[in-house]
Amino acid sequence: MTDEPDKPAFIEVRDLSKHFDDFAAVDSVNLKIEKGELFSILGGSGCGKTTLLRMLAGFESPTSGRIYLDGSDITEQPPYERPVNMMFQSYAIFPHMTVERNVGYGLRKDRLPRDEIDSRVQDILKLVQLESFAKRKPEQLSGGQKQRVALARALVKNPKVLLLDEPLAALDKKLREYTQFELMNIQDRLGITFIVVTHDQEEAMILSSRIAVMQKGRFEQIGRPKEVYEFPKNRFVADFIGTINTFEGVVQDARDGRVIVASDESGSSLYALSDDPPATGSNVCVAVRPEKIYISQGRPDNTEDSCLPGVIEDLGYFGNISLYRIRLETGKIVQVSAQNRQRTIDRALEWDDEIFISWRPRSAVLLTT
Amino acid sequence: MKRNSRFIISTLAFGYAFLYIPLLSVVVYSFNDSRLATVWGGFSTRWYGELLKNEQIVNSLMLSLKIAITVATLSTLFGTMAGMALARFGRFRGRNLFVAMVMSPMVMPEVITGLSLLLLFVSLQQLTGWPSHRGFSTITIAHTTFALAYVAVIVQSRLSAMNESLEEAAMDLGGHPFRVMIDITLPLIVPAMVAGWLLAFTLSLDDLVIASFVSGPGGSTLPMFIFSKVKLGVTPDINALATLIMLFVTVGVLIAWTIGRRMQKTASQ
Amino acid sequence: MTEQTDIRPRQSWQRVTVAVPYLWLFIFFLAPFAIILKISVADPVLAQPPFTPSFGESGDLQITADNFAFLLTDKLYAITYLRSVVMAFMATVLCLALGFPIAYGITRASATTRNVLLLLVVLPFWISFLLRVYAWMGLLNTHGVINNFLLWLGVIDQPISMMYTDFAIYVGLVYSYLPFMILPLYATLERMDLDLVDAAQDLGATSTKAFWDITWPLARPGVIAGCLLVFIPATGEYVIPYLLGGPESLLIGRVLFDEFFVNRDWPLASAVAVVLLFLVVVPIVLLQRNLARDAEQAT
Repeated sequence: MTDEPDKPAFIEVRDLSKHFDDFAAVDSVNLKIEKGELFSILGGSGCGKTTLLRMLAGFESPTSGRIYLDGSDITEQPPYERPVNMMFQSYAIFPHMTVERNVGYGLRKDRLPRDEIDSRVQDILKLVQLESFAKRKPEQLSGGQKQRVALARALVKNPKVLLLDEPLAALDKKLREYTQFELMNIQDRLGITFIVVTHDQEEAMILSSRIAVMQKGRFEQIGRPKEVYEFPKNRFVADFIGTINTFEGVVQDARDGRVIVASDESGSSLYALSDDPPATGSNVCVAVRPEKIYISQGRPDNTEDSCLPGVIEDLGYFGNISLYRIRLETGKIVQVSAQNRQRTIDRALEWDDEIFISWRPRSAVLLTT
Repeated sequence: MKRNSRFIISTLAFGYAFLYIPLLSVVVYSFNDSRLATVWGGFSTRWYGELLKNEQIVNSLMLSLKIAITVATLSTLFGTMAGMALARFGRFRGRNLFVAMVMSPMVMPEVITGLSLLLLFVSLQQLTGWPSHRGFSTITIAHTTFALAYVAVIVQSRLSAMNESLEEAAMDLGGHPFRVMIDITLPLIVPAMVAGWLLAFTLSLDDLVIASFVSGPGGSTLPMFIFSKVKLGVTPDINALATLIMLFVTVGVLIAWTIGRRMQKTASQ
Repeated sequence: MTEQTDIRPRQSWQRVTVAVPYLWLFIFFLAPFAIILKISVADPVLAQPPFTPSFGESGDLQITADNFAFLLTDKLYAITYLRSVVMAFMATVLCLALGFPIAYGITRASATTRNVLLLLVVLPFWISFLLRVYAWMGLLNTHGVINNFLLWLGVIDQPISMMYTDFAIYVGLVYSYLPFMILPLYATLERMDLDLVDAAQDLGATSTKAFWDITWPLARPGVIAGCLLVFIPATGEYVIPYLLGGPESLLIGRVLFDEFFVNRDWPLASAVAVVLLFLVVVPIVLLQRNLARDAEQAT
């Protein structure tokens, strides 16, 4: 699943499993994360990502498997001994302590000298822009401020790894966008390895250096955002990230890396590129993203491209882009998105217009699973 | 739109009148000058004066207070332990029995609890010589046994409502479980512990049946004394005593209520 | 929500935290029941303590079922048990009939009124139980407040005899146990979404129909809890029947007390307790199941 050379990674998870009675929340997963990465574990609810995170933090003991951090085996270590800190989804700010005391809690547990604690707390509060809130009580803080306290508290101990559980889930849209970039900046500045758990694929895409897509306790794919988006390994990943159009069909021919697929859903043949095409006659799924599809009023000349006639069933104008739902002759609906490059009051395309959709062979993904 | 129907409002009125009229009548008649408790003979405070002169009342009150304070403190200690065990220690061995033992004293008919404890003390005396006579210690033990159940329930429900991530966060930051309990858990359940202490105090102060079973000739508690008097009928000095107790309790409850409301505002997260 | 934190095995202080209350309750709550059982199968003797030891001098088992046989065959006891259960049941029903509308009314009041009303319900609970029963003695007396009031109104011309009757016992029971019914009912009703009732009425249900179809089923856990919290202790009530009841309303609590202290028949008293325990165990188990289910639903 990973394409790392076989040197010991900063964080390594080997065959890690967690079973609850007969249910496998995490099913023998393997993971290698490099130092300084901002790594996301992405999946829907119940996929096991939170259980995995809790095992990394030390709150769940694995049923089997090992966890290594910076060369040492931390599997048996309790959470208070691990050089790992966590930012909880509910923030978990201690209600009976001020912001200062909250942030300094971990340092006090380490029995550091008083002035060192004070200066480190000051510094980290400055980093998250909460210096003037040091003496406030949690009930006087807004949601976004509480989140920054939680972040500061987890960072002040300079952990080797910071775990973040759905960090942006409770924030409104504007705040979320702002915080996304703040998180990336802080991570870049401090160089701490972040592991983020989220169900929001946009969040994962923006934040991460690499994403692991998780389902039913297993990783479906691990890779950089672009890899996962443009080169999904199976239908689940293709469908989970963004929107995608899929056509089920049968391989007709595959020569020189060019694959021809016949599909009842599309009507005419579809073309794709592959270095290792599936066997002729086998079932395959041709998948193509909405933004890779062109709409033209006349049939395009290029015979290399997949081209299908259709009718505009529905369209939505979003200002910067327009979304179209095209009904093909076979009845299938295809989603197309296009940037509104022209500044004009007239609409080029209208409901019920007869058009052609087309895309380049290299724009399609061939999925067998 | 939350509006109450006439039926509801009249039932509320009737209900509260039902609850308070008896109490008010006692208060009124405590100022009755006549020795005939229910025939009005004019306003007087003489019964209050007689109260203070009555040694028996003062002694039994002192005994009851001593017992109640000891009971409240012991049951808060044990009850908090029990509540914590129930709320935080997951499925440990023997948990079901533990739950049953913690909850049952709250509903068990007092004659059964009283009898069982008396028989226990008698058996213990046969076997070990202790307790040689029943009184302060046996009553305290008996009261603590059922009062700790109430404290446990209060503490447990407060802990269950508390965000468990708080304790996890503290551990994550380097706190050992014991330190986390001291730093985080205990401070946040202090209101529940205080409520438990007050409840245990009241239950002990008020108990009649169990104390009757497990006490000895050494002295009676305040309820035992009151009971011995009211068995014979309504008496005016008991009216005065009752009024004083009601006053004391009302003031106490009001203070506790306002403090509780203020604490709730600051501590709720 | 993920499972309970399942960290390291029990640390020593955690073991102590469980062990201390566990031991206390085991010694002072559970073990005594075994002792009651042991004495209930003994014979009364004129000695200190007034019962025969379970093992004779030669070490053989000396137990007898005489006490139980006596209880089960003597009509007086059977009737007393029955009367106790019936009275406790009736008192529970009355508490429910009065308590439910009150609890319901409190939930529908505005926030500030609600707190005051709750406070007023809780306050009598903190005032001595004994004194509250005593207060009724003054009211129900032949020369008591109620009779004086009714005579003064002219509604009656002879005082009504209310003391030392079953009626007085019921008044005392309902009066004392009412807060125990109202509080769990309130706790359950308060969690209920009142919009459901409005929605039902919006769809055409009358008030009463909305009540039976929506409110009642959702309130059931609170109803069960309240009923058991009243019924179970009420079966063994001693003080209320003693002070307010007459000689013909003999209840099992009094019987137990008298067998023990007046007749000094410890074995028989123990047997009475054992039978009462059996009567009461089933409701207690029901209550615990109900509370556990309720706690699960609330999270």
